[in-house]
Amino acid sequence: MTTIASTASGTASASPDYNYKVVRLFTLATVFWGITGFLVGIVIAAQMAFPDLNIEPYLSFGRLRPLHTSAVIFAFCGNGLFATSYYVVQRTCGVRLWSDALSSFTFWGYQIFIIIAGLGYVMGVTQTKEYAEPEWYADLWLTIVWVAYLLVYMMTIVKRKEPHLYVANWFYLAFIITIAVLHLGNNISLPIDLASAKSYSAFSGVQSALIQWWYGHNAVGFFLTSGFLGMMYYFIPKQAGRPIYSYRLSILHFWSLIFIYIWAGPHHLHYTALPMWVQTLGMTFSIMLWMPSWGGMINGLMTLSGAWHKLREDPILQFMAIALAFYGMATFEGPLLSIRSVNALSHYTDWTIGHVHAGALGWNGFITFGALYYLVPRLWGRERIYSVKLISLHLWIASLGIVFYIASMWVAGIMQGLMWRSYDDMGFLEYSFVESVMALKPFYILRVTGGVLYLSGALIMAYNFWRTIRGEVSAKEQPQIRNAQGVAA
Amino acid sequence: MSDKNNQNHTGKGKGKDIDHATGIETTGHEWDGIKELNNPMPRWWLWVFFITIIWSVWYWVVYPSWPVPGGATLGTKGYTQEGALKESQQEIFARQQVYLDKFQQASFDEILNDQELYRFAMTGGAAAFKDNCATCHGAGGAGQTGYPNLNDDDWLWGGRLSDISQTLHYGIRAGNMDTHLSQMPAFGKDKLLSREEIEAVVDHVMFISGQVKADSEHGAQIFAQQCAACHGENGQGDREFGAPNLTDKIWLYGGDRHTVYETVYNARAGVMPAWKDRLDENTIRQLTIYIHQLGGGEQDDMAMEEEAGDVREREDNAGQL
Repeated sequence: MTTIASTASGTASASPDYNYKVVRLFTLATVFWGITGFLVGIVIAAQMAFPDLNIEPYLSFGRLRPLHTSAVIFAFCGNGLFATSYYVVQRTCGVRLWSDALSSFTFWGYQIFIIIAGLGYVMGVTQTKEYAEPEWYADLWLTIVWVAYLLVYMMTIVKRKEPHLYVANWFYLAFIITIAVLHLGNNISLPIDLASAKSYSAFSGVQSALIQWWYGHNAVGFFLTSGFLGMMYYFIPKQAGRPIYSYRLSILHFWSLIFIYIWAGPHHLHYTALPMWVQTLGMTFSIMLWMPSWGGMINGLMTLSGAWHKLREDPILQFMAIALAFYGMATFEGPLLSIRSVNALSHYTDWTIGHVHAGALGWNGFITFGALYYLVPRLWGRERIYSVKLISLHLWIASLGIVFYIASMWVAGIMQGLMWRSYDDMGFLEYSFVESVMALKPFYILRVTGGVLYLSGALIMAYNFWRTIRGEVSAKEQPQIRNAQGVAA
Repeated sequence: MSDKNNQNHTGKGKGKDIDHATGIETTGHEWDGIKELNNPMPRWWLWVFFITIIWSVWYWVVYPSWPVPGGATLGTKGYTQEGALKESQQEIFARQQVYLDKFQQASFDEILNDQELYRFAMTGGAAAFKDNCATCHGAGGAGQTGYPNLNDDDWLWGGRLSDISQTLHYGIRAGNMDTHLSQMPAFGKDKLLSREEIEAVVDHVMFISGQVKADSEHGAQIFAQQCAACHGENGQGDREFGAPNLTDKIWLYGGDRHTVYETVYNARAGVMPAWKDRLDENTIRQLTIYIHQLGGGEQDDMAMEEEAGDVREREDNAGQL
């Protein structure tokens, strides 16, 4: 119990003068945007169950939904990726970030992007591409910030002291480069006027749909998978105090993952105007993606071998292990849902929403929480976290929240799909659409409950961090620590 | 940390760095205290990966997959998504087809007298009603303000099968030649009546609908001049014009003083779309029968009334069985 949250692991001494300031800023932003994103998620989940909560026009579901997805993906996950990548690249290259000024610019620039994008949504400004809603002016600004990010990251690697590049950096680099390509590709558009927020996409019709889902699916692949695998590859071995299980596995699953992922997008467009052969290719590449995805889970979980006893008592490690379990589940469910006949049932239902949240809440959320619990005491030079018990509480509340969320959406989605396709023996539709909506209501309420639990967990974390940063240690946990200090120091 | 340092650090010599917990060799690199074991890839992982690749190649052969000049490979199965759609539609149509030939040739009378055809009409009618009519008339046909209740026997344009069929086909004020058409004058807005005169005629309507005890003589006079032509001398309505009965307790827009005043002042002209180009003839016939039996269906003549009575009797018997 005593060493779980302790920061002194023997490597702190003689470390170069790392730039922790920018990492601290990104860490705080991660917590702030996480709570914001979860809160908006609860609001829109409640709007689904109780439509009267739609406050027109600014706070209607249509405007808050992109606010939620962007707040969670780009603000919460994005800041988490910035924070951890800047930390990891310094620690594993043994050098300070290449440029303090430019890295500081990426922080403020990125927050400005989030704010102008979010304000746009609420004002009704959107280019109506899922996960790429920001209009041209926000896109241009993000491009500048992203190039600065790539520059800082690359140059830090270039001037590294280690002869080899650690695997976490491959994944972070794949994330940064591919997101740049996707962002540029999907956002080619022409503003109607330089003084206007409105632009028209260079693509139309089915081409636009294909480009959009090439982007959309790889935002999942490279933002939420590759980047977070980078996070996993550093923080799991650090927290477990164990070497990575297999170097060979990490090479093969890295290259197969990034090669295959980029083809899988068309599975979002089964049974549409997209030519059938493109759908087939998208689907088969999704199937082939199963094992490359699981390679990361296997390498992460097997890294715990030799440290299983720690998993029993360390809630930070538990966060990380559960994250990998959800990652494995979501990356099995993904190929499954990409199969044409399964997709015929699942597409356009809440099953998809449940699937996305297994990944977002379980994998992205939990691995980020784990990394943050690892980082905060170290970044602020505290001996340990304020309370380990509160980490445990966060873990269990959030896990329960996820179970509520995804279980209710599985049932809701499959029920929806079955109701829509149900014909009676005389060949007539058995249910009208509105009957399927009415049947969803209890599940929508269950989902809100899950969201409230998940947010509560994040609030507990924020409290724990606040006390930690102030240098406090929970009164209940103090005596143990005092006994252990001799060991820890 | 360089490899050399690493060897010295572990003290193993000969470049071999063994992990104590597992006995596995590391790659010899170390970053911020993290090492990598040199474990082989799990066999099962590799095999499943290969199997998914082999399966995909097979799938490419069987289904349309790779682009070639002038199109794409078609696959050995000849599968197209349009074909798949047609197939599953045919399966559903086949279920309807069992009844459809007989249904198309049968008159309303015959349908009402044939238990199987009647059930077919009711099932199809209910499905079509929920998807097309329920938005305005409610899931159970109980209507809402401005949209009539279809469960009662208070019909604006007639409640016989032929009337309902006519309304369904051509709609109400739907902009075609055969649609139901009438226009109540906006007595206040178009200054046909003064404010006082409208007040008086509303008084009269409140009286004939049994909401107040005292009549307004002035209002009765105005009613006779302005309203009776459509709503009838006694205010009992006329289906010729879709003019509602004003003496019952059933109101389309509301029977309170304020709403009636508003109705006289601005007039009302509800619209129902024509369904003849949106739904096929079979569906409209199913809907006709479904709506007719919701509660207020009227008989075309005495002979039919008897037949329909038989059906109901038979149904009652079926219920008892």
